[in-house]
Amino acid sequence: MATTFQIGRSEQGSTRILTLDGYLDAHTAPAFEKAIQEEFEGGRKNIVVDCARLTYISSAGLGVFMSFIEEIREAGGDIRLAAIIPKVYQVFEVLGFPTLFQIFDNTPAAVASFERS
Amino acid sequence: MPSFEKSFTLHVPSSTENLALIRDFVGNIGAKAGFDENEINKITLAVDEAVANVIEHAYGSDATREVTIRAVLDADALRFDIIDNGRGFDPGLIKQKDLEQLVKERRSGGLGLRLIRTVMDDVQYQIKPGEKNELRMVKKLKKR
Repeated sequence: MATTFQIGRSEQGSTRILTLDGYLDAHTAPAFEKAIQEEFEGGRKNIVVDCARLTYISSAGLGVFMSFIEEIREAGGDIRLAAIIPKVYQVFEVLGFPTLFQIFDNTPAAVASFERS
Repeated sequence: MPSFEKSFTLHVPSSTENLALIRDFVGNIGAKAGFDENEINKITLAVDEAVANVIEHAYGSDATREVTIRAVLDADALRFDIIDNGRGFDPGLIKQKDLEQLVKERRSGGLGLRLIRTVMDDVQYQIKPGEKNELRMVKKLKKR
């Protein structure tokens, strides 16, 4: 089956940017989990997830955000989300994620929020 | 108007690789039933969650097993039945925890069921572990 999910990685100052492309479901969530794990273990705890090209998310994908957030915040970092399309945002909203995570309209705004803090 | 009922059935190997194909199937039937895009997204998510639960929990990620997705469309509603013959579990016994609690426990589970219950109008289970487990989810058609 064709590759349907990709993760791009880049850096801006002390902030790591993970760019998601495609769909995040029970099949692709393990790759995302691995990526976040690697970032955290590599000492990078300010993470922006650029969701502009994320076309779909199910609870398996949401679960990755949930299972890491406490640990990363305890270490003084955060996972901040950016540029979520309405279809994906709707799923975040159904589960009450906007109260748990800082969500920004675009990636530069999310990166800037780390630089301010 | 005479009553009618149309049924569409998909049998797929129990692998998460097939979730995308299942979502396409559900989306096409949702459109055929006349739901708008927003509703189709919700129904698709519910079926995805239900099948992912079967793959992970009922079959323990054994890809040699089979999941059946049956869509039944009538004048009032679109119903999806998710059928497996793995280890059944009674979702009624699963305590719904709030989001903050799951985060504190570093657990990501339990979200799928919550999504299903939130987006569908009626959800029922018939559990006979090892024989046949069936989850029925109904989305009512809007009256025109």
